[in-house]
Amino acid sequence: MARRSSSADATVDSIDSIASALEHKSVVICCGAGGVGKTTIAAAFGDVARRRTGGRVLVLTIDPAKRLANALGLESVGNVERRINNSDDAGGELWVAMLDTSSSWDDLVRAHAPDPATATKILANPLYRNITERFVQSHDYIAMERLYELRASGRFDLIVIDTPPSRHALDFLDAPERMADFFSSKLLRWITMPYRLGGERAGRLGYLAAKPFYQVADRILGSQFLADIAEFFLLFQSMYDGFVTRARAVTELLRDPATAFVVVSSLEPAPLHEAEFFMQELERRGHHLGALVFNRVLPDDFRDARARAGATRVITASAVERKRLGSVDENRVFANVAESFLRFAALADHEQAQRRRLAHRPATMVSIPLQDHDITDLPSLSLLGDLLWPPAGRVVPLGRARNARSKPAS
Amino acid sequence: MGSSGAPASMLNRQLLLVTGKGGVGKSTVASALALLGAAAGKRVLACEFDAKGDLLASLRGAGTGSNTPLTFEPRQLQPHLWAMAMDPEASLKEYLRLNLRIPLVTRIGALSTAFDFLANAAPGVREIVTIGKVAYEVRERHFDLVVVDATATGHIIGLLRAPQAINELVGVGMIRGQTAWMLDILNDPARTGLVVTSTAEEMPVSETIELLQNIRVQTGVSVAAVVANRVLPELFTVDGEKVFDRVRAGTGAARLGELVGGVDVARRLLDAAQLSTDLRRTRAVHLQRLVDAIGPTPMAVVPQLFEVEPGLDTTRAVAAHLAEELNL
Repeated sequence: MARRSSSADATVDSIDSIASALEHKSVVICCGAGGVGKTTIAAAFGDVARRRTGGRVLVLTIDPAKRLANALGLESVGNVERRINNSDDAGGELWVAMLDTSSSWDDLVRAHAPDPATATKILANPLYRNITERFVQSHDYIAMERLYELRASGRFDLIVIDTPPSRHALDFLDAPERMADFFSSKLLRWITMPYRLGGERAGRLGYLAAKPFYQVADRILGSQFLADIAEFFLLFQSMYDGFVTRARAVTELLRDPATAFVVVSSLEPAPLHEAEFFMQELERRGHHLGALVFNRVLPDDFRDARARAGATRVITASAVERKRLGSVDENRVFANVAESFLRFAALADHEQAQRRRLAHRPATMVSIPLQDHDITDLPSLSLLGDLLWPPAGRVVPLGRARNARSKPAS
Repeated sequence: MGSSGAPASMLNRQLLLVTGKGGVGKSTVASALALLGAAAGKRVLACEFDAKGDLLASLRGAGTGSNTPLTFEPRQLQPHLWAMAMDPEASLKEYLRLNLRIPLVTRIGALSTAFDFLANAAPGVREIVTIGKVAYEVRERHFDLVVVDATATGHIIGLLRAPQAINELVGVGMIRGQTAWMLDILNDPARTGLVVTSTAEEMPVSETIELLQNIRVQTGVSVAAVVANRVLPELFTVDGEKVFDRVRAGTGAARLGELVGGVDVARRLLDAAQLSTDLRRTRAVHLQRLVDAIGPTPMAVVPQLFEVEPGLDTTRAVAAHLAEELNL
């Protein structure tokens, strides 16, 4: 067991599997339960993809945690994409960005509002701030929107996107469609109806139909709040066409053959359960599953039969054998070593049992061994990337035509 | 880790909200607190917010107990201990039934459509019916203690701030009228406490520190305790570590090799121990960061138990550590 793991430690189920999973892909979406190391895997993957393909790669994180910055040894990563200087001569470019929900929303409003005056009105609306900042479900939609924007810009050969934990990652899949549904919804028409009627007569019939709903909503929320909501959504509806068109395009992008999902999990029961759930959902919705990555797996040495027998031997050693082994202090240390080994061995067994129990097994599965140190700089991130995509893997073309390279970013 | 200066046992509060980054063992800690409450003779309701089933898994004995997922309707799992799963839509339904006194179905066809609308259009509705339900259980004293396996750190602030946010946004109306008593309960340190769970790893500790600051600035909720979960035990004593380094560098592997059937096997055992001590050392730095950041907040250190499956046995072991560390 090397202290700094070498590439031999990673179990790649077929030699260039992660490479082939990436072939002709231009978007890779990393998802999985919280706490499995998703952001770090996304960053390592982005970096190794740059090194192996020489392409221009962007890693975009949505998870508001600052892991991406930490993994790269940076103070912070902002909303605007920034280039990370290569620490090697492998070529390509690594870019990173962390989604800032509220400024992305502001940009979106400016882009889609019919005129600057409406944009200003929307931006100044107190409900708007609350919806976009405080109640974070808007995160999901804006992330998809940003992904679409970046993809359409042609600035990157590959975009690796890191998502919030998986129950939310489902929201994230649904977000564009929900946004489109929302703008087209009958309920939205109902709630804004009394406020957008030109003539009393025109809406009388519709208003009557909506009345029961309206009374209930009114009692729960209060009429002033309802009016505030209605005004806000009336303003928002001026952006209807832009939003709906865009939301549909984003939905298509998620199903595009050039978009692959990489599901990350540890070999603990709960995250693995979520990974399976998520893989089923991906399949059901017609998305493309690229690979399943098992992160922080105990090294194979713990399952070595001779090592286990050896550890047991230490614990059951006779007095004579102990004397031969060394001093009392040394014997205590050897006993600690053996006991610790067997404890971890039991965990390693359990991990393998979990893995075998997996009903849904994608073609590509990669195991990344537990690291004894934090990933806090580019060199250690590169080591992790090598485990994910060993140097022996063949060079594969990324999805985008390389002509996009002629348009350098900022 | 001491809890000196801590107020009376936090089990005397009526609402404990357990949060933490995903994967740190939030559900196990919440279940352990529920068990401790029940053991102290209180009627306890354990409530899972995100319906993943982890809460039930850590309250079920091996091969015993029903596998049926928890529902909005509390179910008794142990003497003195009931459990439920949060369902915002069911919560809104219950709330409307209690407050509107009209059979809702006759007024609006599908409540779920209306709920979707409300939850999407009106900011905070989903949050308020979620936090409102547990506050309601506390107010009505249906139980002595409500322990919530709450949402992860990223979303807990939005949840705790929901009544305030509604207050700021909504002038009048039924929901507005409901926020005052909720805030009374949530902001009362004698009744409500937040338990923040972490592991001694980089990101969980960073998130915990950030969360504690945000809680202080953005909410009036008191932090009852911080739990450092799954802390790797020290493999060697300080002297033992010196001996280990010496035998590893010297002839130790050769001697051990004779007993265990080969130097390569001995190396493997020693390398594994090295991995364990390196992990422990990396994590000790993060544990210290946590200790430095939390100030006088009581803290419990729960060791890594090398448990393989969540379950009642593991939860009981965690409960024993919590009881000792927090004087419960």
